[in-house]
Amino acid sequence: MEHGSFTDNSAATFSLTDEDHTIANAVRFTLNQDPRVTFCGYSIPHPSEAQVNIRVQTTGDPAREVLKDACQNLMLMYRHVRCTFDKAVEHFKASNAVKALKIDSQDSSGDDSEESE
Amino acid sequence: MAEGVGEEKKKFSIWDLPDVPMGQVPPHLELQRSRVSCNKDAPIHTESIQYSGAYASMGIDNSSRLDRFSNNFRVEVVQLNKDDMEFDMIGIDAAIANSFRGILIAELPTMAIEKVLIANNTSIIQDEVLAHRLGLVPIRVDPRLFEYLSENDQPNEKNTIVFKLHVQCKRGRPRITVKLDALKWLPNGSELVKETRNATSDSSSKPETYTYFGCSQETIPEFVKNPIIPKYPDIIIAKLGPGQEIELEAHAVKGIGKTHAKWSPVATAWYRMLPELRIDCNCRRRATVARPRVCTLCRECIRGDDWEKRVALRPVKDNFILKILEEKCERVITELS
Repeated sequence: MEHGSFTDNSAATFSLTDEDHTIANAVRFTLNQDPRVTFCGYSIPHPSEAQVNIRVQTTGDPAREVLKDACQNLMLMYRHVRCTFDKAVEHFKASNAVKALKIDSQDSSGDDSEESE
Repeated sequence: MAEGVGEEKKKFSIWDLPDVPMGQVPPHLELQRSRVSCNKDAPIHTESIQYSGAYASMGIDNSSRLDRFSNNFRVEVVQLNKDDMEFDMIGIDAAIANSFRGILIAELPTMAIEKVLIANNTSIIQDEVLAHRLGLVPIRVDPRLFEYLSENDQPNEKNTIVFKLHVQCKRGRPRITVKLDALKWLPNGSELVKETRNATSDSSSKPETYTYFGCSQETIPEFVKNPIIPKYPDIIIAKLGPGQEIELEAHAVKGIGKTHAKWSPVATAWYRMLPELRIDCNCRRRATVARPRVCTLCRECIRGDDWEKRVALRPVKDNFILKILEEKCERVITELS
């Protein structure tokens, strides 16, 4: 999964199977935001195979740690998006009471199962 | 004298310039970073400047820390119906918005008909065409109540929904159109009996069918008052002439859009940047843009000779309008993580 050198672990290529642009572009974006990264990019060797190669070069930190941090950041970002989205939908429903009544009566079971998580 | 000059000579710092704001990118660079400029020939500055060291020479940290993102990120829902939804995401990048779009189309599970057991089909619609059409039918059910059916599993009430279709056009009658309201839900499982090899099977046991339902799906609380039906009962499946008959059983399972588009919960999902139109006019009357959201970036307004100087068409790079059509939007929310 990781193709790097044993002596220098600040640069490595990570090969992910069963992935495509969806996750790769998002990971590349968060990697770029990290100040420890000098170079990052992703490529898809062949469109018929679901494989992605992510290349990370850092300023000294081990590349896999930086990738792990980037994935962690991405997860937190998505979690925050989800919370904000939930709140925005609640707010919208509350402010549009008439429409909300029609939608809520259909999806009340769905919302209950969500809140109990 | 040289010493005097040396003492008075200070190091020149960019922060001493009166028009550079401290700790922030100067306004013309900020414009480049956050807006796409749609010029007459082509849009420029379309890529987003993500690299954390992009403004390092000015001492500005471009790396986005999570707290900054959390403070700036906003979602505003514009429209929310049963069938479609439009909302704005402000403060994220195109890469993240695109990943949402990809997940919406390809990785949200739904239920769709996968196996069609045809007992009798004397209509002019071929078996496989009929099965293909049935597969594309949207079913009004929450897929979170079901599990995936893998190859080793047996179809039971937790992973399969069974429908039955039996229509006949009798001789002497006019042609009939078979619509989806003829598809009946079978909460007790399949009714087609499997042929058993051994002729001496005991007659006391129930005949083996194609599904192994432990209990009736009607007893599951969500389905007590809401039977599982196709979402649009007026979709035409087939047309029968006199003397033709269709008798089949359809099994629906859970899947994702990546495997086959019939499992995609959205008709489509797309996003675009919110356009910002700025009119700089030196005349006395000022003009403002009435409804910037409706702008489709057709660039009519900058077509004229001199107009370009007065109208600046600038989509905002981190303000995305996401539109999701079809099917339950609420499911999207819980699957987002």
